[in-house]
Amino acid sequence: MNLFFDFTVDKAAKTVYITREFDADLSLVWDAFTKAELLDQWVAPKPWTSRTKFMDFKVGGRRFYAMVSPEGLERWSIQRYTSISPKTNFKMSNAFADEHENPDLPGSDWDYNFSEQDGKTTVRITIYNESLARLEKMIEMGFTQGFKMSMTNLEALLSTLSSQN
Amino acid sequence: MRRDIFQAIADPTRRAILVLVAVQAMTPNALAEHFNTTRQSVSKHIRILAECDLLAQKQEGREIYYGLKIDKMKEIDIWLDQFRKLLETQFQQLDDVLHTLKNQKK
Repeated sequence: MNLFFDFTVDKAAKTVYITREFDADLSLVWDAFTKAELLDQWVAPKPWTSRTKFMDFKVGGRRFYAMVSPEGLERWSIQRYTSISPKTNFKMSNAFADEHENPDLPGSDWDYNFSEQDGKTTVRITIYNESLARLEKMIEMGFTQGFKMSMTNLEALLSTLSSQN
Repeated sequence: MRRDIFQAIADPTRRAILVLVAVQAMTPNALAEHFNTTRQSVSKHIRILAECDLLAQKQEGREIYYGLKIDKMKEIDIWLDQFRKLLETQFQQLDDVLHTLKNQKK
């Protein structure tokens, strides 16, 4: 089955826009994004696994979880839910953390929108990153070869370059 | 020696050099004035950036001017493409999970 997927990056706005269609009804897709036992089944790119220590899906609630490598290396992240409209939208802030729940700020802001048509559900995700380094870390978890370097001030470089064009 | 762009921009001094030469081509001496470090240290950073093919050299009289090779920065687009592929992988895994859940409901 061919499911719609779109990925757009606006470097100047430090924002990534993602749209993806899923062959399932809204309730199911909403659950897959908002229930720990389901999230743990898909968010970690294999061979990594996801392990949620706790998840309190309510406004002001948090999810504390680790991506675990095959060698047992743990990469903790903490998410805080800032807005929830059931089965329509939720927003969260996301940051890497240490194993004691101390976030490594600034993180990124994620906005999820859900809509259903003809039994298919479309999810639109907007990711705002204060630093593109956040994305770089996510890639590192998925692709353990390469991408090992920090790019803390990459966005400054990118904006300098884009202002020249 | 083949180096990659991510190694180049991992260092704060090298990032600062890139930002400076992106604005205008500069000599090593002019660059060194911007940093609280030795001329030798700045030269080493310039060498690494040049090895990464990030700098364009232009000889003017006795001076060498370093500018930024814009094309090379396209590797960042390749890097963003990796993020896209990571998401694709995640979503394909989610497709499988949803498929399983739908079958359980039946």
